[in-house]
Amino acid sequence: MLTIDNLANAIDGKAILKGLSLSIGAGEIHAIMGPNGAGKSTLAYTLGGRPGYEVTGGSATLAGEDLLAMEPHERAAAGLFLGFQYPVEIPGVSNLQFLRESLNSQRKARGEAALSGGEFIKLAKEKAALLGLDMEMLKRPVNVGFSGGEKKRAEMVQMGILDPKFAILDETDSGLDIDALKVVGAGINAIMRKPDKGVLLITHYQRLLDYVRPDFVHVLAGGRIIKSGGPELALQLEREGYAELVAA
Amino acid sequence: MTALALPTRRDEAWRYSDLDAVASVWPVPAPVRIDVAAGESAQHHLLQDASDGGVAIHDYVIHVADGARCDFHLLNVGGKLGRVTFDVTLGRGSHFGLNGAIIGGDAQVLEIVSRVNHLQPDATSGQTIRSILGARATGSYLGAINVARDAQRTDAFQSVKAMLLDRTATVNAKPELEIYADDVKCAHGATVGELDKAALFYMASRGMDPATAKTLLLKAFVAGVFDDMGDEDERTRFEAAAIARLEALV
Repeated sequence: MLTIDNLANAIDGKAILKGLSLSIGAGEIHAIMGPNGAGKSTLAYTLGGRPGYEVTGGSATLAGEDLLAMEPHERAAAGLFLGFQYPVEIPGVSNLQFLRESLNSQRKARGEAALSGGEFIKLAKEKAALLGLDMEMLKRPVNVGFSGGEKKRAEMVQMGILDPKFAILDETDSGLDIDALKVVGAGINAIMRKPDKGVLLITHYQRLLDYVRPDFVHVLAGGRIIKSGGPELALQLEREGYAELVAA
Repeated sequence: MTALALPTRRDEAWRYSDLDAVASVWPVPAPVRIDVAAGESAQHHLLQDASDGGVAIHDYVIHVADGARCDFHLLNVGGKLGRVTFDVTLGRGSHFGLNGAIIGGDAQVLEIVSRVNHLQPDATSGQTIRSILGARATGSYLGAINVARDAQRTDAFQSVKAMLLDRTATVNAKPELEIYADDVKCAHGATVGELDKAALFYMASRGMDPATAKTLLLKAFVAGVFDDMGDEDERTRFEAAAIARLEALV
């Protein structure tokens, strides 16, 4: 479903990803773990097409489509969702307006009819309830005045409404207490654990993986995948840390 | 009114104007006078949307008598030169409010020039100006506030924010205070910025095409300027005109 082959990139001329390869099939959830500065967030932003994240080699395709040839909004319309470690605040634009414009932009790009106001509100209510987020929150400006936990819940509501084929979730667990972690974990499972969808979880910690069980775990260090395994690899990392693995 | 000599750039109030365009319509008609009688409240507005290549100069002389209130809403979007000026004199305990938006592209020159004279005690004034400029447009706000020696307890503010869509656009924001009384509050702030790149990427990552994303951010930037217009039909007309102009810019 998502196939990354020998991907290399640079930020301000400095190489970060140095030939990263990874293949994630439909119905699979993969986790990428790794020390600070390994390039985890860079991988997420590069796949999302953030300006300044220059691709210097390799390829990335989603369901056979060349992601790297597309503009960021076209990648979203092609089914990619990027969960932000630090969701952006947008004063003056309500969550509902933001999401309705986003969804209808995507639908237009795919040649689908726009959702009416009523249809959209019904969908938003359903997804907000799934994540335990008050509809009143969605009437407020995007992420403005939201706590860390509310921002991450709101991100998952966005994911539920946009219903992507593939989600890259960059440290969605950071800033969450245990209760919020459970809700967000359950949300990810409900929205994305389906035979035709895939997820790449980027995380520092095992704890999210207690709620969203990955099929595969990879260790990213120095801009490459240096080790891959099953869920037991995450437990081993939690016990032993990255130092030994990275040094080896 | 006697025909005045054509202004020159030496005159501060004309420094950033399009003087060729001014010459083409000179001499301009006498200013519109607005007198608000003591204790009265008045709302006025102007949607300056002259046709492409047109020149529009609107001058207002406003007198707000003791205890009276005048609120003016202005959307300045049309013509190759669109210039709106206010010469306001405030009586004791009176108020003048100006909420204005400038939205320009191409090589438009759009200006708001105000002089608010606090001559008597206890008057207040507030000016909120939001400008959005693209291409080679120039937008100027020149706002002078004069507080006379007797105008104690004057409370005046100027909030001026501008957004540049292209590096070739120009904004001039010049709040100017001349204060002869000693018990006054005069707040003024001016900022010039560009669209938030982090917000644009966030919106794109959710599937919003760039034009929709920019329009939404710009709408949020000017939102509020027309919120307190009393006439709802007029407010709708102003908001629609602002959005139409924005959509043409991005």
